[in-house]
Amino acid sequence: MTNRTRYMLAAPLLGAPIVALLMPGIYNRTEPTFAGFPFFYWYQLLWVLITMCTMGAAYLLVVPAQKAQKGRGEK
Amino acid sequence: MSAPQTGLQFDGVALAVFTVLFLLVAVMGFLASRWRRPTDIMHLDEWGLGGRSFGTFIAWFLLGGDVFTAYTCIAVPALVFGVGALGFFAVPYTIMVWPIIFLFLPRLWSVSHRHGYVTTADFVGGRHGSRALTLAVAITGILATMPYIALQLVGIQVCLDVMGVGGGPDTPWIVREMPLFVAFALLAAYTYSAGLRAPAMIAFVKDTLIYLVIAVSILYLPAKLGGWEHIFATAGEKLAKTNPNTGKPLGGLLLSDKQIWPYCTLGFGSALALFIYPHSVTAVLSTKNRNVIRRNTVLLPMYTVLLGMIALLGLMALCAGVTTGGNNSLSVPLLFKQHFPSWFTGVAFAAIGIGALVPAAIMSIAAANLFTRNVYRAFISPNATPAAETQVSKVSSLLLKFGALVFVLALDKSFAIQFQLLGGIWVMQTFPALVFGLYTRWFHRRALLVGWFVGMVYGTATSYFVPAPGKPGTHFGGQIAEIPMLGEAGYIALTAFALNVLVAVVLTPIFRSFKMAEGVDETNPSDYEADAGDAGVAQDLPTH
Repeated sequence: MTNRTRYMLAAPLLGAPIVALLMPGIYNRTEPTFAGFPFFYWYQLLWVLITMCTMGAAYLLVVPAQKAQKGRGEK
Repeated sequence: MSAPQTGLQFDGVALAVFTVLFLLVAVMGFLASRWRRPTDIMHLDEWGLGGRSFGTFIAWFLLGGDVFTAYTCIAVPALVFGVGALGFFAVPYTIMVWPIIFLFLPRLWSVSHRHGYVTTADFVGGRHGSRALTLAVAITGILATMPYIALQLVGIQVCLDVMGVGGGPDTPWIVREMPLFVAFALLAAYTYSAGLRAPAMIAFVKDTLIYLVIAVSILYLPAKLGGWEHIFATAGEKLAKTNPNTGKPLGGLLLSDKQIWPYCTLGFGSALALFIYPHSVTAVLSTKNRNVIRRNTVLLPMYTVLLGMIALLGLMALCAGVTTGGNNSLSVPLLFKQHFPSWFTGVAFAAIGIGALVPAAIMSIAAANLFTRNVYRAFISPNATPAAETQVSKVSSLLLKFGALVFVLALDKSFAIQFQLLGGIWVMQTFPALVFGLYTRWFHRRALLVGWFVGMVYGTATSYFVPAPGKPGTHFGGQIAEIPMLGEAGYIALTAFALNVLVAVVLTPIFRSFKMAEGVDETNPSDYEADAGDAGVAQDLPTH
């Protein structure tokens, strides 16, 4: 994978939580409920877990790219 | 301060548990000066940044302890208790913050390590070559941090009140406030001697206790209160009641149409501001290499889960029929007191009280470092040795904490809260100079300064004209105001920030066309990618 591809893949991973949470129109509702929680609450809490995964993936993508860049003396 | 209210009987068992845990932590705080013992503590890299040596594990506790403060544990559920869904903005806020800091903090870490920067203002000065801008960033940081320290003491005070410590309104002032004095004196003493190592060590105890208390609350309380479905239904009914002050419903389980914009702008604006607060940056700069902070963005959302659970305690308090007598800060402490056995109430309150000590210590260190580096060394004693710098920092951290104590005792508590909300608006105005500065020198230093000034004035003036709900004519009543030309209500900090950026963008080409001096940039592009082990990021940092 080239560094360019790595950064291109990391960008949407980082952007996803922000986009998903800045649109209350899609989650400001009660149904479907889950374990008694209205959608508004469990959707946002679920995004905490998704964010942990996307941040982990972004980390794995970006860190080798940086090392490769430094190795070649690119700044 | 208001004396304990009706029903707040003295609880000896809870107080005993609270005191024992509190003293345990104080001992740890003093022992911390021996932990990872430096050759010479009288250096700001040691006293103020813990030797810049913390790895992922310690940094996780330190950052968590720093960012999710005692006041947060009280204020977030209090807001949910009062208005419902809108208070839940704390969750998107503390989700969005992780991708944002993933981008810019490693660059700040790198450039700070290559140049030995201790504060954000150090970087702004080195990058933009402007003493005025450096001073503006430093003063803004100190002003924004002070009320935050005060609110941590308020967090301790709320717990003491609910335990019935301090007697009734007839007790002499000095006796009533004695426990707070003692807590404060211990905090001040070990921060003075151990520096950033003290909160780093205490953070372990704090977080273990908080996770324990929240886990127990989330498993035990819903079962006792009749299940989640019942909690949401009952809380929803209570929130639908009419607020006698405004004639409108108190709130709701979902956002009203008018709350959509405030919800998003509060969440996004707060996420942008969180990691430019001096105390967050202090914790970040104490890490030992560039990737510690990135690795932490994967693990730190654990605290967001915690905060989400804490927010839900507000709904549980509604369901349990807690009555706060108008002071919603008491909602969760009262919920604990009513539903937990005394000894566990003591544990829970100790978690909040100790939770106050960690951020209060880091905040006072951060603000003291700003004063030392960017006011004292920059303007008073340019040739101060590292030892003299550290001494100034130690003393000013004491004075800052003392100032916070006076703040809490002498002034109305609501004043500290208003001041802290203003602090959030102010600190946001340092974002262009700091974060844009990490990527570009395009902005003219004077344009950044004027932008900062306009943002500060607009933000402060707009807040001044916000009345408290249902009390027309009052001031500093909230963080939400109409966004000009948009017709929607939004977080004032974000509007002021947009204006700040607009001014800087418009003025930059104008100043440049007049050939106003640009200032010297002492950094170079490779500094922003540097990592531990690279040239110039040696173990022995440059002594400024």
